Amino acid sequence: MIVNNSKTLLLVQGLRASINGTEILKGIDLTVKSGEIHAIMGLNGSGKSTLAKVLAGHAAYEITAGTVRFEDKDLLELAPEDRARAGLFLAFQYPIEIPGVANTQFLRLAYNTIQAQRGKEELDPLEFDDFVREKMKLLDMNPDFLDRSVNEGFSGGEKKRNEILQMALLEPKLSILDEMDSGLDIDALKTVANGVNQIANKDNATILVTHYQRLLDYVVPDFVHIMQSGSIVLTGGKELALELETRGYDWVTANKRSIAGAIA
Amino acid sequence: MSETVATDYLDCLLKSWSIKSNEPLSWLNQLRARAIDHVSTQRLPTKRDEEWRFTDISALTRLSFQSAQPHTSLRAQDIEHLYLKEAKNSLVFVDGYYSPQLSTHIDPTVLQIGNLSTFLSTHASILESHFGQYARFDNNVFAALNTAFLHDCALIIAPKNTVIAEPVHLLFIATQSEVTSYPRCLIIGESGSNVTFVEDYVSLQEAAYVTNSVTEISLSANAHARHIRIQRESAQAYHLANCAVSLARGSNYQSVSISLGAQISRYNLNVQLIDEAAECAIDGLALISSNQLADTHTSIDHIKPNGISRQQHKCIVNDKAHAVFNGKIIVRPHAQQTNSSQSSRNLLLSKTAQIDTKPQLEIFADDVKCAHGATVGQLDQEEIFYLQSRGLSEATARSLLTYAFGAEIIDRISVSSLRQQLEQTVLNQTRGNKL
Ligand SMILES: Nc1ncnc2c1ncn2[C@@H]1O[C@H](COP(=O)(O)OP(=O)(O)OP(=O)(O)O)[C@@H](O)[C@H]1O
Ligand SMILES: [Mg+2]
Repeated sequence: MIVNNSKTLLLVQGLRASINGTEILKGIDLTVKSGEIHAIMGLNGSGKSTLAKVLAGHAAYEITAGTVRFEDKDLLELAPEDRARAGLFLAFQYPIEIPGVANTQFLRLAYNTIQAQRGKEELDPLEFDDFVREKMKLLDMNPDFLDRSVNEGFSGGEKKRNEILQMALLEPKLSILDEMDSGLDIDALKTVANGVNQIANKDNATILVTHYQRLLDYVVPDFVHIMQSGSIVLTGGKELALELETRGYDWVTANKRSIAGAIA
Repeated sequence: MSETVATDYLDCLLKSWSIKSNEPLSWLNQLRARAIDHVSTQRLPTKRDEEWRFTDISALTRLSFQSAQPHTSLRAQDIEHLYLKEAKNSLVFVDGYYSPQLSTHIDPTVLQIGNLSTFLSTHASILESHFGQYARFDNNVFAALNTAFLHDCALIIAPKNTVIAEPVHLLFIATQSEVTSYPRCLIIGESGSNVTFVEDYVSLQEAAYVTNSVTEISLSANAHARHIRIQRESAQAYHLANCAVSLARGSNYQSVSISLGAQISRYNLNVQLIDEAAECAIDGLALISSNQLADTHTSIDHIKPNGISRQQHKCIVNDKAHAVFNGKIIVRPHAQQTNSSQSSRNLLLSKTAQIDTKPQLEIFADDVKCAHGATVGQLDQEEIFYLQSRGLSEATARSLLTYAFGAEIIDRISVSSLRQQLEQTVLNQTRGNKL
């Protein structure tokens, strides 16, 4: 929701980033205030996941220009773990499998690390087990996933739910959900969307990266941004996604200026 | 390295050897005499020997470690932390000498365990028929030395059709420096028996010494044995070990061996599936750092049909350490329908760490299934990033991932208190490693 006078959580200005000498992000500007839900859409390869990973601090990308502030912090100065501890969360498009690390052990370590950072109580394995099982119920997740290795052998949809479970546990200020709807069946989509809606409140914010209007039927965005080859070319309200659905990206390319003018 | 030095080392040992005149059993003395003969015709291996090409033991030859003498001042409370709570039976050897005071054993009627002298009078013929039969010393100078200098032995006889649920702990404690001890174990599983034992090498101080051990395991038809081997010697020690296993029809041998200690360690494990449908599972983990060298040579010899072997060996190598794995699988012409798999997976934690891994398949039968693979890698940057993105520090992420790599092997240890001890050791050792 758009809240009057709410504070700015994320302020991205002129952000450029390259990988192996190839520039992928070519000047991104984005402002996210608390309470808001943003959607980022765009063709395959337009740089959406790159933006997400750059914000989370992936070391493979070189930042060549621009600034990113997260609340009062210079985000680009922080190590990935410090970004997470400051309240940034990225649900990965392709969550990685970590054989040998039990999901429950990993979830508890992550939870306790964040709790300690916030000066809150850490949970021992038994307490955590009760706590995490409650959260899993909300997401309609089978508790068997606790005993398995992190994401190992999880189906595509199960991996996505495990990401949202982590979001629910860590209660971030800003969540970036990279294609959380891909690979989810329609029931799972509703469950997960419902989870996102429950977590969203006036003090936090969410960025949804998606290709489909369907997700936005369940999690309604305040802003929709369209990315093209490394920059945000168009920003509008939720109707922009609907328009895009019927007209396609060619329409965006052909009419960037006039649409922007019409929206402004 | 000069061979004269190597010969001096053996000469020294040869001079110190003597037949014990009070020994009541001639067969044992004959065995020792044969062994010392072999020592006198051999030399210490050098890196020019194919079997030792990565493992330079010249440092050992510059020292002349004489046999350890009995040392008895150790009290049970000094080694309390070393006992395993699941093990009601433990045989404790200090510098190679049996200590009845430190050992605990109950109910010898079910499980027959003890040292050599406990059994010499009552089980002479069984001992004679097994002793030195599996660990061949004709081309193995360390096994020959062990046999020549052997003065005691840890013995387990699992009688026919008995299942012993609790593990037996064979604890070898090094307390002296600049000596050599010659631990020896003999495990006999009679038909249909089932036994678990832990062969555990520890040190109470950071000293330089040599452990030269030989373990022989013989399983009769349908016998089962779980062998857990922990090498946690002092970081300056030399650990040279031979283990020979003989598997009769339908028997099942499972071993997990963990190498953590010693400056130089060498473990030779030879398993022979001498009859049909025998099965073995061999798991190994070497976790080493600083300048350690851990060398594991295994040989799994399928002699008869329908055998199954599965092997997984892992090495985690930090700093300037060096791990060696050589895994030979032999499938002899008659061993049709053999099913064998081997995997060697290795993790390098520093740029100066070194790993040499070599699978060696010698397959002479045509109707067999054999799979093998070897990988050498580093911690996965994407995995580290994933963990960091959830708030874990880079050091914690690395430690967790390293631990996870080793845990696959440690988790196969059936003794939970030991497993927990090792988990802690691994976590401590891997904390904060940097690439
Ligand atoms: N290591 C690399 N070297 C060169 N180019 C790369 C590298 N990694 C990614 N890219 C390129 O960066 C571009 C942006 O990729 P990104 O994953 O951000 O796209 P996306 O918008 O998330 O696409 P999708 O909708 O398919 O998920 C792509 O063209 C990709 O090929
Ligand atoms: Mg993407």
